[in-house]
Amino acid sequence: MGITFRKETFRDDFTFKNSPEHIRRFPFPFNEDAYMYAVNIEPHVVGPKGSVLENLIDVDEHYVAEMQDRALVLAEDPLRCQSLPHMTLAGWDLLELLMEQQALGYPEHFTLERDGDRWRWINRPLGIDDTFIFGDTSTLPYGPMEYITRQSQGDFCILDQRDGNLWMDAGMVTTQADWSLDFDIGMNFFEWHAPVPLAHEKGIFTRALKFLTNIQQGKPARRLNWTMTINPRLDTSPENYHKWGPDRATVTPENVGDKVHLRVELQSFWRLPRSNAIVFPIRCYLIKMDELVTQPKWARRLHRVIRDLPEELATYKGLTRYRPTLVEWLSKLDDGSPTSPGFGPD
Amino acid sequence: MSTGTTKLDVVVSDVVPVNDLVTRFHFRRRDGELLPTFSGGAHVVVEMRDGDRTRLNPYSLMGSPLDTREYTISIRRDDVGRGGSLFMHRQVKPGLEMVISYPVNLFSLDLRAKKHLMLAGGIGITPFMAQTSQLAAAGGNFELHYTCRTASLGTYADVLQQRYGNRVRLYHDDREERIDLERLLSSQPLGTHLYVCGPAGMINWVRDRAASLGWPPETVHFEHFAAPQPGAPFDVTLAVSDKTIRVGEQQSLLEAIEAAGVDPPYLCRGGVCGQCETNVISFDGKFIHNDHWLSEEDHRSGCKIMPCVSRFEGKSLVLER
Amino acid sequence: MTAKTIISRPVYGTLSPQPGKHHLFIADAEGALAITDMAGKAPPGFFDGAEIVFIPGGKHIAALEALKPMQLHIAPSFASLLPRLKQMLTNAHMGLRLYLAGTEGLIGQAMQVALEAGIDHTSIETEHRGSLARRMQCVHCKGITENVTTQPATCSHCGLLLLVRDHYSRRLAAFQGVCINAEDRSESPPIEEAFP
Repeated sequence: MGITFRKETFRDDFTFKNSPEHIRRFPFPFNEDAYMYAVNIEPHVVGPKGSVLENLIDVDEHYVAEMQDRALVLAEDPLRCQSLPHMTLAGWDLLELLMEQQALGYPEHFTLERDGDRWRWINRPLGIDDTFIFGDTSTLPYGPMEYITRQSQGDFCILDQRDGNLWMDAGMVTTQADWSLDFDIGMNFFEWHAPVPLAHEKGIFTRALKFLTNIQQGKPARRLNWTMTINPRLDTSPENYHKWGPDRATVTPENVGDKVHLRVELQSFWRLPRSNAIVFPIRCYLIKMDELVTQPKWARRLHRVIRDLPEELATYKGLTRYRPTLVEWLSKLDDGSPTSPGFGPD
Repeated sequence: MSTGTTKLDVVVSDVVPVNDLVTRFHFRRRDGELLPTFSGGAHVVVEMRDGDRTRLNPYSLMGSPLDTREYTISIRRDDVGRGGSLFMHRQVKPGLEMVISYPVNLFSLDLRAKKHLMLAGGIGITPFMAQTSQLAAAGGNFELHYTCRTASLGTYADVLQQRYGNRVRLYHDDREERIDLERLLSSQPLGTHLYVCGPAGMINWVRDRAASLGWPPETVHFEHFAAPQPGAPFDVTLAVSDKTIRVGEQQSLLEAIEAAGVDPPYLCRGGVCGQCETNVISFDGKFIHNDHWLSEEDHRSGCKIMPCVSRFEGKSLVLER
Repeated sequence: MTAKTIISRPVYGTLSPQPGKHHLFIADAEGALAITDMAGKAPPGFFDGAEIVFIPGGKHIAALEALKPMQLHIAPSFASLLPRLKQMLTNAHMGLRLYLAGTEGLIGQAMQVALEAGIDHTSIETEHRGSLARRMQCVHCKGITENVTTQPATCSHCGLLLLVRDHYSRRLAAFQGVCINAEDRSESPPIEEAFP
């Protein structure tokens, strides 16, 4: 039966929407009524059927539209996909991981046939059927990382592990929450996280790095992160900040429900076998306030989280300008009754 | 969340004597599937069930990372060690079912290198077998200098020379052939990375010379798993689990902790990875530190111990385990 | 408005003699003083294997000559030095140590060339002397503006008014500039001298 892929846009007329089933599977990131930056890493194992964790690499109804949006971003700005010369092997590792996982989770949409190093990859939603030699870059239309990440939802950072640190030496980043791959490529773990407030002082990144450098093959891990975006815009890059920044000034009490989106990143961490690098897929989920508040528990909890968010974090996440309007709108949906523990809707 | 590796159920598919001291062991998956891909320099931890005793020893994978139908390791017989190598040489036969860990790489190639310069001593050749296969397949630039006691104990020297010709240089101790290290290290192009695996003395010699010749530490990579040393038995209190245990003469502290049903995380069991680092709550006596993980300051402070390779002599030792 | 300092902001040290036989110094203006200060701590014969490349500013040439380096090369600008530097690094061997002293722009650009040649940034000795003026990359148009001394600063390529962040890229040898009034272009924050 398979997924029915939506025809929709993440720019201009912004026709992006979640179906009712997709609203219920939305990875709501708050398991209590307050939020503080935390590492909150857990094993990336398969979760309940019907959740975004049903497969370790999730494909959903937005797949085709997101891939079209990515192609538009890359046509405008090829610097969103870069790989330093020593990272090609890691690119092949990633290609293997994503082909295997997508074919395993969605056999009706993706097929991988392997005959030694001669591979055939069929991607039905995008109409691709390619045969190539694994390890031979000349047999693909792009480098291995670019080829497969033009066919996989989410951003991808590939981190080389050296000298006890992780170095962001390759990536495909077109749906980023306000950071620039072109600027950050080649930086180590602490350097590219430098702009995050409060977390360095608490030693959060030191502990996170220790954990990540010890990620083992076959034992991926994950965490959730979140921010908010005005309009369902995937490409909120700093490169285009002067183009989407003005959106933040357009929020009014009348349009909050349609314009303001919670943006959740499901970040997972995988050891790559041949290169010993780590790949860090950042899968982005968007939901507009009107959709989110169809779940009363989420409406109450989000109100309390946004209302009580420390000022530095609100600034870092870019909420300052429209936070009062949003909190006021959400407050009408919060009768003060308790919320049940855990992430899911009631 | 604890780290550590997943286990693989394997069967010994072949046992091949290589020379008087070294034997090669081949493993395949029991379910007939392919083994996980790995990177050159990776090791697996082999579980050896010897009566009521379990030893866990790390060995470098030496096959080509491109061929995952089987894993191969080579083990040098050590007649005075704690018995792991003797167990493998005497008890392990084709058809035996064993358990090994997923591969872990603590001796990874730096793929930015413009050239890879490899120095091996004795059985330290094994990680280079996999790394040279990996580099050769990708057109990488490498050079291997291999020191062995005699030609007949030059494990895989013939194979390597056949594969890579003059990219492999041999030095035989019995012919008084020595690497001219000063000259070798002074003539490498900028961007070269150095890798060394062999006896502790060789590793220290190479690291010291490289440092004094101006090689920055991040360009010098070495792998030396310390084998746990036997020693006088000692008693330890595990405060968290409220147990008192005795560490036997041939047992490591980590093995004794595990035998008591407490499982600290580990990856290398050779004093390198840092996973089993344990806080000391109190002690009266003296530590015998054998690891490469803790700083000298940690060693002096008496606050930490690596139970995989280090021991203790004295009246009492209380650990946070 | 001044951005708080962050961890990707480069930290410069004090030059100190490294082990090895070959030493390459690159300095501009008051960076020469970092070299002469270091000379006091250097072992005898250290400068026999040293080459100093100096982009003048002030009168420091005589002091550098007095160190009797194997080679002293005077270059009028970093751009004029670039072909020579690239050639030297192409032919160099492991054991060459690099020392960079002077303005942030010089240190950053020389390091950029060294990284491409395979030298790890952690092995490079640096010491900042002189002007705090920044090289800034506009994250929007990617153009580099040299000698930025104000906060905010105007991009010399696309004209946007940019917040000069402390976020720094070694690969680009530049600080990041991000549009400061993107959300409301009618805002015009005061421009202050910040990096003299």
